[in-house]
Amino acid sequence: MAPHSEDDRSRRRLRPVPTSGAGQVTRPLPSGASDADARGDLAEVMREVARGDKQAFSTLYDALAPLVFGIVLRVVRDRAQSEEVTQEVMIELWRQAARYEPTAGSVTTWAATIAHRRAVDRVRSAQAASDREHAQAAREHTTAFDEVAEQVETRLESERVRRCLRGLTELQREAVTLAYYQGLTYREVAQSLQTPLPTIKTRMRDGLIRLRDCMGVTS
Amino acid sequence: MTQQQHHSDLHTLTAAYALHALDAAERDGFVAHLAHCEDCRREVSGFEATAARLAGAVGRTPPEALKRRTLAAVEAVRQLPPRVPAAGPAAGLARVVRRRAVPLALAASLVATVSFAGLAAWQHQENEAARQQARQAQERLEAVSGVLAAPDARTVHGRTTNGAVATVVSSDRQNRAVFTATGLPVPAEGHTYQLWLDHKGTMRPAGLIHADGTVLLDGDPADATGVGLTLEPAGGSTRPTTQPLLLLSLPA
Repeated sequence: MAPHSEDDRSRRRLRPVPTSGAGQVTRPLPSGASDADARGDLAEVMREVARGDKQAFSTLYDALAPLVFGIVLRVVRDRAQSEEVTQEVMIELWRQAARYEPTAGSVTTWAATIAHRRAVDRVRSAQAASDREHAQAAREHTTAFDEVAEQVETRLESERVRRCLRGLTELQREAVTLAYYQGLTYREVAQSLQTPLPTIKTRMRDGLIRLRDCMGVTS
Repeated sequence: MTQQQHHSDLHTLTAAYALHALDAAERDGFVAHLAHCEDCRREVSGFEATAARLAGAVGRTPPEALKRRTLAAVEAVRQLPPRVPAAGPAAGLARVVRRRAVPLALAASLVATVSFAGLAAWQHQENEAARQQARQAQERLEAVSGVLAAPDARTVHGRTTNGAVATVVSSDRQNRAVFTATGLPVPAEGHTYQLWLDHKGTMRPAGLIHADGTVLLDGDPADATGVGLTLEPAGGSTRPTTQPLLLLSLPA
């Protein structure tokens, strides 16, 4: 299970890539997002969206909505709220299309960044109203990785993410997944894991470095 | 706290920033740092791409109806225009700011606000023509952008004991320095923040700053070894009367 070198991978994310055992793995999600972005087509679609092209926006929606809805649902948990946030994110992509900067990263990364940011904002503003959610998030943390493991069964890309997550130390993995999938601040992560703040900051960073290298992200 | 520690401490936050795991105040501080730290930007960009894969791993198909609702909703949403360089001096400044990788907070406060040290003095002469104020503001702006554009401009950063992020950009050749702060708490009634230049251990008044923003320092920064910030009674003091909130060494 040692991460092997994947330097030859293109930096385009989400493209299903042949790996050993690929035949046994099902792929239930539409892979339009992955393929389109892999060919750099999403950047072109985004340019058309920026000119107010509704048809292009429909294509963009099909390509990105599963990614956006997935991460928002993961962080927010509540289905109705997650649909709301997903809609907000997609509208934001429409609104900001002309400001998308291809040199700053892929469309997929841009969308995922906005989606996660919105999801986290939603969770934190709810938290401000009720700190009980925080306590719950902290209680739930032990299940974070199990749930990830459960869901990632379904996609090739997920298979790779899971393998890369396994390559982390437990503390690195928990620091990254609690922050990303549960939307906790690193202070909350430190609290949850009863670990000093500087340790968490460091583990979060070296965990992400290891993930990045394992996944072959080159930017 | 040395600047070295401060810098490496901030650098560790790249991951927490990319994972949206910073609280609002820390995020602002880090964004200011990011604007002049190219290594950090590169690292953040890689981390964001990595995080996007973590998102991809939990993808879910949303309900059909959501697409219809979303497509209907955008009908009523005006798209933002592309970013174009603004006309006039602000555009020139924006270029300078980009080229010199000056902190975003500094750039924003320069372009968007006019919170200069001289401003307090103008307040009792409000009847003076707005034109006059605009002219003075423009001069200040030019002086500030001159410092930022100076080939020998040096930048140091620090955090005040009350949590603000501070930056000093100085040019020995121009014998001028610019101070900017983000996140300064509003001072108590009858108080203001005062800047100091450290001349061989003697603190000389270098101007007032009442809120977040950017000021040109009074005095001779070329001869100074550091910049200090204290809370003083409104109008300022001739020497510091409270514990410094910030002491930054200027690069020799």
